[in-house]
Amino acid sequence: MSESAVLSHPGNLGHPGHSGDINAPDNQRFYVPGEHHVENSTLLGFWLYLMSDCLIFACLFAIYGVLGRSYAAGPSGADLFDLKLVALNTSLLLLSSITYGFAMLEMQRKRLKPTMAWLAVTGLLGAGFIGLELYEFAHLIHEGAVPQRSAFLSAFFVLVGTHGLHVFFGLIWLIVLMVQLGQGGLIAENRRRLMCLSMFWHFLDVVWIGVFTFVYLMGVLP
Amino acid sequence: MSAVQANAAHGANHGHDDHGHNHDHGGDHNEGAAHSTLKGYVTGFVLAVILTAIPFWIVMGNVFEKSSTTALVVLGFAAVQIVVHMIYFLHMNTKSEGGWTMLALVFTLVLVVITLAGSLWVMYHLNSNMMPGSMHETHGTITQPTETAKPSTP
Repeated sequence: MSESAVLSHPGNLGHPGHSGDINAPDNQRFYVPGEHHVENSTLLGFWLYLMSDCLIFACLFAIYGVLGRSYAAGPSGADLFDLKLVALNTSLLLLSSITYGFAMLEMQRKRLKPTMAWLAVTGLLGAGFIGLELYEFAHLIHEGAVPQRSAFLSAFFVLVGTHGLHVFFGLIWLIVLMVQLGQGGLIAENRRRLMCLSMFWHFLDVVWIGVFTFVYLMGVLP
Repeated sequence: MSAVQANAAHGANHGHDDHGHNHDHGGDHNEGAAHSTLKGYVTGFVLAVILTAIPFWIVMGNVFEKSSTTALVVLGFAAVQIVVHMIYFLHMNTKSEGGWTMLALVFTLVLVVITLAGSLWVMYHLNSNMMPGSMHETHGTITQPTETAKPSTP
């Protein structure tokens, strides 16, 4: 019974006999009692956003694919990339993926404290990733490998930088969500937000697979 | 549960969790994310670590002589790892949201493949045809300057 009460418009409650009234006979009721309302349309919508984000990255990957070997007599990937640093960065992001997964598991068990703890660990790993990436960029710029040096470097900075920006905004979202969790606990809204951020975070990890493979690993090949 | 109580609870959290009625949807509000399990995450993580470590080893250890072989193998590992992440971390399956997430994913993948393959294909040929030497290949038999004005048939 609660189902139709939730679905029917509250404004109709005060008008007995109105076709939208929950007490009306079945044949006069506006809503079917068992009507299946898609509750998680937010998640589908967010997934569609991620797919459109995926297209942005596809364009940036295409740019890198076209320009990635246009060094303009400047430094190449083999000269610049430090694969050990990239491996460390990759492991940080991968670890942050599983710690976010643990946070989701704790959320399912409705335990607030462990959820927050795993989110904090995820945030620290993400911050470590950003820190290492900024260190790498600073190092490149210090060596004169600036974006305007060659088409390769322009494409590199745009692609990796866009991914880094996504992680950065994901971190801001994570912090805001932790504040909201502290205020409201694991209410339905916050759980929905957690699931959206979960998709976002794992999606960024998927994009990073493309980045470390296509940019770094293939970039150092002769 | 009376209708009034349900309506009151509606504002807060749909009132689904505090009481034990079992209807067929939204038991925990996260059908879309399927019920994730520790086993699923750990399996995905172990697979991801293996699939990350092998390409790094292949490249850093110079396992293959030809770099084209290395590139193909590394790309293959990346493709497999992306699928692993999709299944174990993003919980993709054909049923979530009534199949719409999968449809959106397939559509996006088609666009991504067209974007990537199309760009690389077109720009590669554009590059190779713009090379200074390539004019001699396409017009190799033409010696008289007057004939170069003719449109070349592909």
